[in-house]
Amino acid sequence: GPGGSRGGGTEPDAAWLAAGRQGPMRWSSAAEASAVNINEKVNREKILTLESMNPQVKAVEYAVRGPIVLKAGEIEKELRKGIKKPFTEVIKANIGDAHAMGQRPITFLRQVVALCTYPNLLDSPSFPEDAKKRARRILQGCGGNSLGSYSASQGINCIREDVASYIERRDGGVPADPDNIYLTTGASDGISTVLKILTSGGGKSRTGVMIPIPQYPLYSAAISELDAIQVNYYLDEENCWALDVNELRRSLNEAKAYCNPKVLCIINPGNPTGQVQNRKCIEDVIHFAWEEKLFLLADEVYQDNVYSEGCQFHSFKKILYEMGPEYYNNVELASFHSTSKGYMGECGYRGGYMEVINLHPEIKGQLVKLLSVRLCPPVSGQAAMDIVVNPPIPGEESYSQFIKEKESVLNNLAQKAKLTEDMFNKVPGMHCNPLQGAMYAFPRIFIPSKAIEEAKAHKMAPDMFYCMKLLEETGICVVPGSGFGQREGSYHFRMTILPPVEKLKILLEKVKDFHIKFLERYA
Amino acid sequence: RSPVLTLSTMNPAVRRVEYAVRGPIVTRALQLEQELRQGVPKPFTEVIKANIGDAHAMGQKPITFLRQVTALCLYPELLADPKIPDDAKARAQRLLLACAGQSAGAYSASPGIGMICGHVAQFLQRRDGVVANPNNIFLSTGASDAIVSILKLLVSGVGPSRSGVLIPIPQYPLYSAAIAELSAVQLNYYLNEEQCWALDVAELRRALTEGRRHCCPRVLCIINPGNPTGQVQSRQCIEDVIKFAFEEKLFLMADEVYQDNIYAKGSAFHSFKKVLFELGPPYSEEVELASFHSISKGFMGECGFRGGYVEVVNMDPEVQQQLSKLVSVRLCPPVPGQILLDTIVDPPRPGDPSYEKFMAEKQEVLSNLAHKAQLTQEIFNRTPGIHCNPVQGAMYSFPRIDLPPRAIAAAEAEGKAPDMFFCMRLLEETGICVVPGSGFGQREGTFHFRMTILPPTEKLQLLLEKLSSFYTKFVKEFS
Repeated sequence: GPGGSRGGGTEPDAAWLAAGRQGPMRWSSAAEASAVNINEKVNREKILTLESMNPQVKAVEYAVRGPIVLKAGEIEKELRKGIKKPFTEVIKANIGDAHAMGQRPITFLRQVVALCTYPNLLDSPSFPEDAKKRARRILQGCGGNSLGSYSASQGINCIREDVASYIERRDGGVPADPDNIYLTTGASDGISTVLKILTSGGGKSRTGVMIPIPQYPLYSAAISELDAIQVNYYLDEENCWALDVNELRRSLNEAKAYCNPKVLCIINPGNPTGQVQNRKCIEDVIHFAWEEKLFLLADEVYQDNVYSEGCQFHSFKKILYEMGPEYYNNVELASFHSTSKGYMGECGYRGGYMEVINLHPEIKGQLVKLLSVRLCPPVSGQAAMDIVVNPPIPGEESYSQFIKEKESVLNNLAQKAKLTEDMFNKVPGMHCNPLQGAMYAFPRIFIPSKAIEEAKAHKMAPDMFYCMKLLEETGICVVPGSGFGQREGSYHFRMTILPPVEKLKILLEKVKDFHIKFLERYA
Repeated sequence: RSPVLTLSTMNPAVRRVEYAVRGPIVTRALQLEQELRQGVPKPFTEVIKANIGDAHAMGQKPITFLRQVTALCLYPELLADPKIPDDAKARAQRLLLACAGQSAGAYSASPGIGMICGHVAQFLQRRDGVVANPNNIFLSTGASDAIVSILKLLVSGVGPSRSGVLIPIPQYPLYSAAIAELSAVQLNYYLNEEQCWALDVAELRRALTEGRRHCCPRVLCIINPGNPTGQVQSRQCIEDVIKFAFEEKLFLMADEVYQDNIYAKGSAFHSFKKVLFELGPPYSEEVELASFHSISKGFMGECGFRGGYVEVVNMDPEVQQQLSKLVSVRLCPPVPGQILLDTIVDPPRPGDPSYEKFMAEKQEVLSNLAHKAQLTQEIFNRTPGIHCNPVQGAMYSFPRIDLPPRAIAAAEAEGKAPDMFFCMRLLEETGICVVPGSGFGQREGTFHFRMTILPPTEKLQLLLEKLSSFYTKFVKEFS
């Protein structure tokens, strides 16, 4: 057994050494063992190391909270310690988190969730009746009338019904079946789950997943983790980041040589690009998916964030139906929504849903089974989602305040979208496509060759080098385009439009000044 | 035309996943509930979901203070409400300051709100007398989330070098499900039913040795207090396990979500962390340990909020960075769940306005559970053929039932595991939904079911008696 022999001598047990140092280090003398101090000790190799860990996890990258954000965190620490910097605060313009940037929550939503959380408040005169009504309904859908019960793994029934009604209203009457609705822990959870089920095969038959470039890097991260094959299709920067079916076809045909492309992911409105696809484009994509037998993932979390005149959100579900039975009976589609974006900005609740269309019944069974292992999505997030899809309506007590708050947020975002686009386009060496929707600017930046060389010397992507310098000199944290993907030789960064207008103006000025100085420095 | 996504084209690992706690028997239970609602006559008037460790669903009340603080954080206008005590308000204000934009709707840092990780560390220090570093704390979406993340890190290799994961039999089937999904290798070690489900290191060694023949065992999972078995490991046992893990180079995962649910006299919770450090070097410096806790169990029962954490000890710093990176992809655990966790690890203190009520509520829940644990064991053991080990902790009984050969044959004829056959009949005839032992694992030729002790006491008593009568009838029918 372990412990070894404790004979005479002052060296490690010979037998232990002879055995190739297997098992706990054994000392020939207990005294020697206890006399070894920390510095001389031989620390044995850990079980879990970079070499022994899951290689797929190692391959995962997620730029939105990646190296530049870690650096931003370090700088914040230094600021707190009183170290002098050319700025007094770090601005986290890297992540689509509206509340973090000062946006206020929607009162009605918070009232309902508070009532559900602490039902004693149902007796309080400070809450409107319409909020109480919704809270009671949600609580009745909870085990023991408590938000603290696990819900069904698919989500609380009445909330799924509300989601289905919302979808029908949104899509002009196209029917939605509550049974096809799954509440999720944020949209990311639903997206990962669907990708997981879709991933199979080996070698050349390994599942290929088509994703837009630039993309939201949840997709590449999930693909890495699942060891699926990432298949890139490029959005057209010259054309406001439009999706071109010819490019889809090019990408697909090329991919067939080394994998089994099965999945087509669309983000509409786009992230990071903000483009809002027009109806014709969506029809073309659906037709392409039908033709090429691709499972469609439609990430529509920004469906409430549409700013440009002439742009309108069309859900993939609606267009699919409008294209007729050959399409709507056959194309397999999963559409995603979230409480994190829109006018709500309730990121921290981790609420969302997905609607699945034309999933084989056995697959739906598998899906529920997989979800059941994690029991259920957070019920507080489910409650938040319910308010998003079942908000106050005209005639209800809370309606006017609700509408006012909602419109204020959306108008504010639209204003900031325009402001950002205009400002960036005034900067020499910067080109910003119209921010048609979502929450981000993704301007293309010219990086002089001297800077590119210095970046290489630092073993950094040129736009990472640029963004690091921006962070160090202005405290503004944005995410380099390399984190999202871009055409070879082009550089971008993604910045949110979320800071309050006055602050945003200052930030944009600062970015402009930095950029001009950067161009001069590396001319 | 055939769909893109079918059983044959889907992820084969996902296909292998099973999770009995919400498996076929629960599906049937839901159908029966639906039929009852439609007015279909049944031999019972309600379905009792004694399959899942969900206290609130069975009528347990939330702890007032926890919900007050959470509601204040979600709707800070309540800070003006005179009915809410000042200490709850102070907590909420502190928490809101720790949230970006002072909103619970902002994403938090991916390992969780820093202040809360700090409070968890302080809680651990008070509990164990051992220093805890907040940087080693990762808040999670329930304990299950963290368990899966850690397992994910550990799975590598191919064929004979594929990661093997030692799990107790009977186990909580999250483990087998995660192992199946990750295509790791499940290695079973049997708990000793004759000895109150004790863990025996000789059995660990047997399982490990066998495992080494066909895979690379890397991980040892312990559930203490046990699920479904409820056993509370002795301190000596925990020491032995730690030493075994050290000798055999196994990463230790200690699932301690029931650490507040200890009922039996003479049983006490000893955290793996504490025992590890009391053993001292080399163990305390070498053994890689991940310990898990949750807000779902204990006296709180806040399952629906999905809160929990993992503390990692002696993790390779580069791997810990990888863990941080992995959790960042999903952004952060739900903030309401983080808030609840904070109030649990930093509860009201003597002298605080909410202290007495908090302690009274907590005590009531825990003593109620202890009483029901005892009651369950007593009633089940009255019936010949039902053998129920002491429910030392957790929330379940896991009695062994003797099944006559004719029943086993009938089950086989239906293509069912014998205990599933029994449980289905129980459900159809009494409305009581429990989970067959085959869903958790058991020694070949033995049969069990897992039933929660959560229904209110009077109701529980009735259920236990009903179930016992049904068992007796069933055995008679198949004699």
